Amino acid sequence: MLTKVHTGLEPVRGIWWKPAHKAERVWVGIAFAWCMVLFAMMPLWHWKGGQNPSGTRRRVEPKAFYARTMAFATQYKVGEDRGLPIAAPPPGADVYLIGLTFQWYPILKLERGKEYTLHLSSLDVNHGFSLFPLSINFQVVPGYDYALRVTPTAAGDLRIICNEFCGIGHHTMVGRVIVVDAADKPVADNQRPTLLGGGDR
Amino acid sequence: MTAPVLYPFRTCNATGHRIDLSAERLVKVNAVAAVVSLLVGAIAALLLVLTRWQAIHLLPAVWYYRILGVHGMNMLIFFIIFFEMAVLWFAGTVLLDARPAAPKYGWFNFGLMVVGALLVETMQWSGRADVLFTSYPPLMAHPLFYLGVIFFAVGALGVVGQFFATLVIAKREKTYVGSMPLVVYGAMTAAVIAVITLVHGAAVYIPTFLWSIGLIKAIDPEIYRLLWWALGHSSQQINVAAMVAIWYMLGALTVGAVVLNEKVSRSAFVLYILFISMASAHHLLVDPGFGSAWKIVNTSYFMYMAVLASMVHGFTVPAGMELGMRLRGYTDGLFGWLRRAPWGDPGFSALVLSVVVFGFFGGITGVTIGTEQINITVHNTLRVPGHFHATVVSGTAMAFMGATYYLLPLVFQRKVAFWKLAKIQPYLFSFGMLLVEMGMTFAGSFGVPRRHWDISFSQAPFGVQFSPAVDLFLAVMGIGGILAVTGALAFIAIAVKSVFLGEKVTEFTRGVAMEGVPQGLTHPPVHPANADEMNEAMHAPERGIAGATPGTLVLVGVFLVAFMLYYFTNWKLLTFLWKIG
Repeated sequence: MLTKVHTGLEPVRGIWWKPAHKAERVWVGIAFAWCMVLFAMMPLWHWKGGQNPSGTRRRVEPKAFYARTMAFATQYKVGEDRGLPIAAPPPGADVYLIGLTFQWYPILKLERGKEYTLHLSSLDVNHGFSLFPLSINFQVVPGYDYALRVTPTAAGDLRIICNEFCGIGHHTMVGRVIVVDAADKPVADNQRPTLLGGGDR
Repeated sequence: MTAPVLYPFRTCNATGHRIDLSAERLVKVNAVAAVVSLLVGAIAALLLVLTRWQAIHLLPAVWYYRILGVHGMNMLIFFIIFFEMAVLWFAGTVLLDARPAAPKYGWFNFGLMVVGALLVETMQWSGRADVLFTSYPPLMAHPLFYLGVIFFAVGALGVVGQFFATLVIAKREKTYVGSMPLVVYGAMTAAVIAVITLVHGAAVYIPTFLWSIGLIKAIDPEIYRLLWWALGHSSQQINVAAMVAIWYMLGALTVGAVVLNEKVSRSAFVLYILFISMASAHHLLVDPGFGSAWKIVNTSYFMYMAVLASMVHGFTVPAGMELGMRLRGYTDGLFGWLRRAPWGDPGFSALVLSVVVFGFFGGITGVTIGTEQINITVHNTLRVPGHFHATVVSGTAMAFMGATYYLLPLVFQRKVAFWKLAKIQPYLFSFGMLLVEMGMTFAGSFGVPRRHWDISFSQAPFGVQFSPAVDLFLAVMGIGGILAVTGALAFIAIAVKSVFLGEKVTEFTRGVAMEGVPQGLTHPPVHPANADEMNEAMHAPERGIAGATPGTLVLVGVFLVAFMLYYFTNWKLLTFLWKIG
């Protein structure tokens, strides 16, 4: 028994809790099944996939994070570019990266195919870690240490764009990550670093 | 039945509704405030696209960020919420033939909202609130900025309370028989979500205000982001619920759309209410504050039950239109009902454009980029505004514009001015916005950040060279922006001219077309007397599932395939990144 023909502007008399007809039932069923697929994909990717934003997360005093990063940059310093140290930690190391208005500190030099634990935090306001040109994006929040295990898959001279508004100089905030292959390439000229994008795999 | 009437009212000539004059004035004044906000927001929009279009790069950096904040507040808060207040006053009183609860208090709330909006505008334009729309601490604005937002929210919450009180009055005074119409039910859904949203708003803005005047030492930036998005995204769900209610309303007015099944449509509205407070999570997918289990459960709005609700409406709205048309004799083929629909009626074209762009563009991109892992490639890139302009502008704002073409003659009792322009306005606006959204989405796929003044990075220590394709996409965005702003200004011109200088219209003669009056009023889409028998016959079991609405089944099938393609393509693209865990 169908509801009497009426529009959404008319009050409904009597009981309107009536069975839906077949087309509607089928569509609701299909939509529900699709929603379950959407839901299942996320845990599935944690199990089988290679890109997950879980990491380990803890609160950290900005001062403490600053001290750790300075120690890290000093310990693994292999050069300098625009006054910023270039840190080349060994595979498996804890790597520290600070965002502060309007700079990423330090410059990182990593090896292709090796895993590192990348710690991200901010000393002042929110920043956005956006690795160009791969478009890998993470929120960098003051007071929080976001530690992600990362394995660069291709060599190249990459950039870190800030993609969270952090003040009027926001658009000048660009950092640098160099990923080298087994032959220590690319060696970018510090004065004119060339952007090598994804590079060879 | 009706209680003795002590309040001045008029009877609508077209619909027979009893319209309380004090409620009508509140509808009018809120709608006018909405249009004024839209004007400010649209001019800001033009300046912004002409700056992001790197070849033009119009504004200096400071003014770009400042105007970006102005655009966000005017569009997403003032325009949308003032209009929703008008919708609540309209749905609560006119559609139920009821009187409003405490109309004088309604004026107080309206005044509070205006004062709040003016405070915010003053702070933003004078450069004392360069914190953008989201105002993430520790960025700090002038205390009056936060206070302005609080005033506005308190006023809006007051109106929502009055709406509920009006529903109670209508029920008690028996102004209608049976259950409230579906459109009012949808408006009520929006109102319930508004309460949830505004409570979160209080939880985030009151402490932030106290922090700005020095009474609280610090605001945790991550907790702020959690609570702010419980306001920021849930408020979009007010828009969705209000928009869907307007879809049902415009469908009824323009083509006699029927409600296929009240149970299904109302349950879908309830799903919005139940699962919407989890909406803040998908803004925090790549944040350090939360673990994966929390992100997965919440971002999916508890297993995508709110997405299910939208997919249900995405079927029932077009199917109701199809059935309404078929019952009125437009039965030829799969899509005869669409081909022969009143495409020259701006209320109808706005409705269809709103449904299609919201679903195909806004919905599909939103669910996809809101997936925990896929968000790694999307967070804070231009793909994000590409998505939400498709929902809130092409969807909600377009629907509100379509509704306005009916509110002008029905509530303001004026003919729609510049009628020829009005007929093309939905197409112009929607097409322009579509270009904006595509330009942003494709540019964002290359990693172009949102909220960024200079992607040539001319003042940065290290060069960044985007693909030349990005220039093309930003030009598409720029051209689309110019078209869309033209469409918005056309709408504003039509609305202002109609309201203040428009030709008075109180009588609609059935069957006689009138310049400046949408055809749903002069040629009301009435169902034949034997509609119920026809409906039973069309739903006869032997006709199978395609029986009553075969065209809509094809359309939603296309939608589902598009959804799956886009969704899985994005998973594939994710595998090209570094290994991250």
